[in-house]
Amino acid sequence: MTKRLGLGAALALVASLALPSIALAQDATEALKLELDLVWVMLATILVFFMQAGFMFLEIGFSRGKNVGTGVAKIFVNLGVVTLAWWAIGYGVNNAGNKIFGESGYFFSFAGDALDAVLAADTGLMLFGLAFCAVSLAIVWGTTLERIKFGAYVVYAFIFGALIYPLVAHAVWADGLLSDIGGKAVLDFAGSSVVHLTGATAGLAALLLLGPRLGKYGPDGKPRAIPGHSMPLVGLGVVILWIGWFGFNGGSTFATDDVLFAEVMLNTQLAVAAGIVGAALIVRLKSRALDVGMIGNGAIAGLVGITAPAGFVEYWAAPVIGFLAGVLVVYCVLAIEKKIDDPVGALSAHGAAGIWGTLAVGLFASPRLTGDPGASGIWYGLFDGDVAFGGTLGQLAVQAVGVVATFVAVFALSYAAFYAIKQTIGLRVTEEEELAGVDIASHGMYGYPEQFIPQPEYPSTIPVEPHVAGTPVGTAAGHAVGAPVPQRPTSS
Amino acid sequence: MKKIEAYIRHEAFEPIRAELLEKGFPSLSIGEVKGSGRQKGVVETYRGSSLTVNVRPKLKLEVVVEDKDKPLVVETILRHARTGDVGDGKIFVLDVEEAIRIRTGEEGEEVLQAHTAAELA
Repeated sequence: MTKRLGLGAALALVASLALPSIALAQDATEALKLELDLVWVMLATILVFFMQAGFMFLEIGFSRGKNVGTGVAKIFVNLGVVTLAWWAIGYGVNNAGNKIFGESGYFFSFAGDALDAVLAADTGLMLFGLAFCAVSLAIVWGTTLERIKFGAYVVYAFIFGALIYPLVAHAVWADGLLSDIGGKAVLDFAGSSVVHLTGATAGLAALLLLGPRLGKYGPDGKPRAIPGHSMPLVGLGVVILWIGWFGFNGGSTFATDDVLFAEVMLNTQLAVAAGIVGAALIVRLKSRALDVGMIGNGAIAGLVGITAPAGFVEYWAAPVIGFLAGVLVVYCVLAIEKKIDDPVGALSAHGAAGIWGTLAVGLFASPRLTGDPGASGIWYGLFDGDVAFGGTLGQLAVQAVGVVATFVAVFALSYAAFYAIKQTIGLRVTEEEELAGVDIASHGMYGYPEQFIPQPEYPSTIPVEPHVAGTPVGTAAGHAVGAPVPQRPTSS
Repeated sequence: MKKIEAYIRHEAFEPIRAELLEKGFPSLSIGEVKGSGRQKGVVETYRGSSLTVNVRPKLKLEVVVEDKDKPLVVETILRHARTGDVGDGKIFVLDVEEAIRIRTGEEGEEVLQAHTAAELA
């Protein structure tokens, strides 16, 4: 009986065991629908985890060649730490509970295999939520490249995955503080504010305590370019993030029972397209050059901008939101660059565009998709006779409250965390380590060895000729690093 | 004419270049070089094994100037390249027999540095 004859038959069997057989066909359909929803959420989870590769390449491409291996190590260690933190504490904090934090799901354990409305007893959502938390964490480090101590990644990843991100996610998505502001909820479909603004805000806190890279600001205080070593890697990173975003936004429907998930994905594509066009146009007008990295930032900004509105706006609004996000990111990068050193433009592409996306819900959300005229955007309040303007203005205000509350809470917690890290293990590598590059200084190896090592030692059995008086080449024979260099015989 | 060859730390180059330019010596060349000296090598560890690199990256700076300008250039390099630690590098001064500007075929000390505005007019 356990042998499966086919999916339909198996589901019918499950249904017939669980319920009276009268509604068998209907239950089988329902079970199939829930199974399909779970498959979609798991597929989306894979796409969102794939975004880690996007962050890896984006950050590495924007770094100099001496700071590339560290980016690989950071992504892996961060994913490791944040996964354990999320399993032990973070998911519980993020889970349903009181207004501030969740009350179940700590040290997450299996709670039964019944498919219910929240998808396979939360297992699917637990993994999906972890992927989001990991994305938010990855955003944090964009501002800190090339100078932060590796230990800071480890410590902050735990704090972020266990506490900071889950608190924000709980507030917006689990009936927390931000889901009832005078009867209105902050609408953030997939996390312009919850994921992206949170990550960027934490990045700002870290950056303010870290300071700029050596040589970023000249003696005259003017910013100088520190070009990343590989624009092709940046491009690869952006494309991977873009693909991952279809899971990020599309998966946030948690359902396949209507066309909404496809709508969300089309909105996402329209916004990223317009973001690229907007950023390319503005950077060409402002600097007379089609800056490669800035166009990539435009793509990211378009994606971040549409993340909150993706499930709430009609197709015409998506490119408007994306285009303005692309325009915004160029101005923001140029303005931020003057004062603080954000190597990848995370503050602009994730922070500013995240704020814009969250507010854009209050401008463009359609009553068809919010299901509540009072929660739709000002556009409909102005131009749709059936929607009261006052209600839409209220929704925009609630969106603004969501942005401010997220920024203040995340900044305060993150600044405290980074301050504690700075006072204990230290936040920044030494000047010598920074000049040599954190690859060799923190990891003992270069990301691109051939670029730094002219010729590897050959583990030779051939006798080695001495090259300094009496000293053979190579460590094995006594010219070890740190050993005193023999004095040349004073001949005369 | 003297050729001044200096092996310096990378970070020393920019201030030296800026000051030489300011003092009227815009013409110079640099090259990425690797060399050994008293400074320790770099130990790379790779998947548990180690690899000692006994040469370190340095910059080689080359400037050819009239004899009378040699002390000024040397002094500029010393001032910016010296940190006091092992690995600051060395300066060598060589005699130069001839200097020829390729574009015009001119010879002599007048080709060593860039044109003045009057010459270009």
